[in-house]
Amino acid sequence: MPAGTLYRGREGMWSWVAHRVTGVLIFFFLFAHVLDTALVRVSPEAYDSVIATYKTPLVNVMEYGLTAAILFHALNGLRVVAVDFWSKGPKYQKQMLWSVVGVWVVLMAGAFYPVLQHTLRTWFGG
Amino acid sequence: MSSEIKDLVVPSLQAHTGQGLGTGNPADAFVVEPARSRSVKTPRRTRTNFEMLAWLFMRLSGVVLVVLVLGHLLINLMLDGGVSKVSFAFVAGRWASPFWQVWDLLMLWLAMLHGANGMRTVITDYAEKDSTRLWLKGLLAVATVFTVLLGTLVIFTFDPNI
Repeated sequence: MPAGTLYRGREGMWSWVAHRVTGVLIFFFLFAHVLDTALVRVSPEAYDSVIATYKTPLVNVMEYGLTAAILFHALNGLRVVAVDFWSKGPKYQKQMLWSVVGVWVVLMAGAFYPVLQHTLRTWFGG
Repeated sequence: MSSEIKDLVVPSLQAHTGQGLGTGNPADAFVVEPARSRSVKTPRRTRTNFEMLAWLFMRLSGVVLVVLVLGHLLINLMLDGGVSKVSFAFVAGRWASPFWQVWDLLMLWLAMLHGANGMRTVITDYAEKDSTRLWLKGLLAVATVFTVLLGTLVIFTFDPNI
C-alpha cells in the first residue's frame, strides 16, 4: 500500500485525509480559476461569458461545496498550526478537531443563503 | 564545516533508526522511521534546510491565506448579491484600487505555492515509481510556474478600457 494511504485511524488520521482531499480539490479549482480570470485580458464579453457558467444552478451548488472544502481546510489548517506550535496542541488535537467541525457546521449553515442566493432568487423570485 | 556537524553524519543503514545519530539529543530515540526507505540516489544529508523551510512556509502562508481567501470568498461569493454581481465591470472596479491588486497578487502567489507544495507531498506519497514521480513533479512545476506568471501578468497589465 502506498505510504500515504492509511495511518493510525481515528480523528488524527481522518482529519489528515480530509485535509489532503480538500487541498487537492482546491488546488485544481485554483488552477482553473486563474485561467478563467485571465479572460479579463481578452475582452469583457469573454470574461462575462465564462462567469455566466458560475451563475448556473449546478455550478452555484459546486461553489457552496468549494466553500465547504476551503472552510474545512482553513479551520483544520489552523488546528495543525496549533498542534505544531502550541505546547498543549498534541494533547488537545481531538478536542480541536471537534471544535473545527462545530465551527464549520455553523459557518456553513450561515453561508447557505449568501452563497446560493443567486440560484434561490432565480427559482423562487424575490 | 565544524567537526561538530561532521560528527552527525552516520552510515546510511543507521539513518532514521534513532540509534547512533550521535547528536546527544535525547529526542533521537523517538525519530520515526520513514514509511518508505530512502532510495540509493538520495544523499543522506542535504546542503540546505529546504524541507524544513517548506514545512514552515506551509504554516505561515496558510495563516495568511485564511484571511486572504476567506475575505475573497466573502466579497465575491456572499456579500452584495453573491455571485450575481460578478462581471468584467465588477473586476475593473476592484482592481482600480492598489489595495485589492496587492491582495489578489499576494493571494495568487501564496495559494499557488502552498497548493503546489501540497501536491508535491501527495505525489511523493502515492507515486511509487521513480519515473512517475519525476514526470508528475515536472508537470506540476510547469503548471505552477505558468499559472503564477499568467495571473501576475493579468493583474499588472489589466486594462479596464479594453
